[in-house]
Amino acid sequence: MSIITVGRSAVRRPDFPVAGKPIISVRGAEVSFGERTILDGIDLDIRCGEVLAIVGPNGAGKSTLVNVITADVELEAGKVFIDDEVEYSWSTRELAMRRAVLLQDIGMAFPFTVLEVVEMGRSPWAGMRESQHDDLIVAGSMSRTETVQFAARKFTSLSGGEKARVALARVLAQATPALLLDEPTAPMDIRHQELVLQQARDYASTGGAVVIIVHNLDLAGAYADRIAMISDGSIIADGPPAEVLTADRISDVYDYPVSILADPNTGAPLVVPVRAGRKED
Amino acid sequence: MSESTEIRDRSLRRSRRDRLGEGGDSSADSAAGNRAEPTSRLNPAGKGDGLDLGRIRGQRTARAGTLFLILIIALIAACVLSAAIGQLFIPPLEVVGSLLNKVGLDWLPGPSHDFGEEALWQVRFPRVVMTVLVGAALAVAGAMMQGVFGNPLAEPGVVGVSSGAAVGASASILFGWSFLGAFTTPTFAFVSGLITTFIVYTVSRSGGRTEVITLVLTGVAVNAIAGAAIAYITFAAPTSAREQIVFWQMGSFNGSLWSQVGLILPLIVFGIIIAQTLAPGLDILSLGEKSARHVGINVERLRIIVMAVVALLVSAAVAFCGIIAFVGLVVPHIIRMIIGPGHRLLLPASVLGGAVLLSIADLAARTLVEFADLPIGMLTSLVGGPFFFYLIRRSRKESGGWA
Repeated sequence: MSIITVGRSAVRRPDFPVAGKPIISVRGAEVSFGERTILDGIDLDIRCGEVLAIVGPNGAGKSTLVNVITADVELEAGKVFIDDEVEYSWSTRELAMRRAVLLQDIGMAFPFTVLEVVEMGRSPWAGMRESQHDDLIVAGSMSRTETVQFAARKFTSLSGGEKARVALARVLAQATPALLLDEPTAPMDIRHQELVLQQARDYASTGGAVVIIVHNLDLAGAYADRIAMISDGSIIADGPPAEVLTADRISDVYDYPVSILADPNTGAPLVVPVRAGRKED
Repeated sequence: MSESTEIRDRSLRRSRRDRLGEGGDSSADSAAGNRAEPTSRLNPAGKGDGLDLGRIRGQRTARAGTLFLILIIALIAACVLSAAIGQLFIPPLEVVGSLLNKVGLDWLPGPSHDFGEEALWQVRFPRVVMTVLVGAALAVAGAMMQGVFGNPLAEPGVVGVSSGAAVGASASILFGWSFLGAFTTPTFAFVSGLITTFIVYTVSRSGGRTEVITLVLTGVAVNAIAGAAIAYITFAAPTSAREQIVFWQMGSFNGSLWSQVGLILPLIVFGIIIAQTLAPGLDILSLGEKSARHVGINVERLRIIVMAVVALLVSAAVAFCGIIAFVGLVVPHIIRMIIGPGHRLLLPASVLGGAVLLSIADLAARTLVEFADLPIGMLTSLVGGPFFFYLIRRSRKESGGWA
């Protein structure tokens, strides 16, 4: 059933995600630019039904890891498997049916309307039976990201945080088993940061795999099932938030002392940098 | 007491609703108005939420429909007027009559003047058809080039593709090559146009994007080199070929022949049809190269096909009529302002818009100065140059610099 000929070529559809099954696996990935090693032997499984947060200091290799997963950077060594097959055995379109990617750079060259931008997320499914539900999926993604009220406006006229939500609506509309989000919350206010992470949870609860790069460790601690911490191109910790987010490890990796508190409502770890505070005379 | 709390409660709720609808236009208000109070603070139910896709699309479609209608009427009017006006004035009704007579309908009388029929079919009609074809080709080529560069300032003339194509064509005129028959000059224009297109493309890109300044400076360099080559060819050419080449650089539809129309018509029609099939991909390319790939577009293949089609259209346009700049800049830009940047509508609208613009420009070139046929390339540059200034200023203001 997964191989169905539609239109010009046989496009292999993805299977429905099965919770716990790895949809993307990175094995021994090494990347270097010139002399500088960016990634030094990364092994990572991205499993369906799970929110995986990737954290780490600036320049640790988080975005490069996303580029590895999306085949936008050349590997010196190692392999990436998607849906049990080596990445390069899939066509561009088949990859787009398996993973949606939200990059940090979300600019548009021309002033398309917000609705048109979100509809672009449906393009891998053009001409297939999945496209019957395009309108429903587009409307649903816009509603979930609170972008409905911008639908008729030009994307280029939106503020940074609004653009980021529209871009998120676009990748949600792609409706793929795996979702990669590279710092989606960076330009957003508190309300919408929480909204994004809740959407990530919802996505995972319906069987999707979500990878999210965040700088805010509290968000990762509260919403992720698993956290992978990267430092100097290696994964130095990979596990449940409570195990990964320890004061010693964070202080060491980020080179700044922190203490860990428990969220009074949920018990999730809160990372508080040690601050001198204002001197009151 | 309880009443006052209720009032406060309601006003709070209202203010929240306002906030959700903030920054919107009329559709924002209705979307917020239809919204049921979310049960939780976040995560509204994943339904349409008052989003009326049909209405939003309908507005677009209605505008596009009006534009197409206006363009078609304008094109017919411009063509008929072009054929009517000249040293020998032939009333527009007689022009239409002559056309109808040709297809066997005698609803209207043909030209009353003795030489009317001949003037129309030997001189004016081939020229009008040529103008329409070249205008359409240049405008579509401009729209595609802007799409693939992700930059509204890309244009075959500005970027140097037109003069690149002119080098090949004038070389074939100089050496009197004719081994491909009547196709020789267009073929040389195509090959050198294609080479120039790829040079511009590779030189002006870095990190998957093209910056305005790099693109324009690349155009300066390419135009300089091509200009030098054309200058040398002009210098080396015998007097007759020299005249032909000079006339060429200024662009003109003077002396258009049916045989020339027959040559470029299939090329341009083919190019426009291929262009239309590439429209969805060009839309998505607007997301940026990487993101376009992530939604399943084979970016490399799309770019190569687009560049080849641009080279085909530009060289077909340049082959007999010379360099006519700025059509590909002005037309798509104005159309984008009216119906938005979606290429599915932008490309066909550019076909019509380019044809209308160049028909009017050619009519002006023939009639502005009595007994003189001005070079049309000069006219389009006279109008297009200032427009280019305006675009540069505006894009500086919008992006806060050259980035």
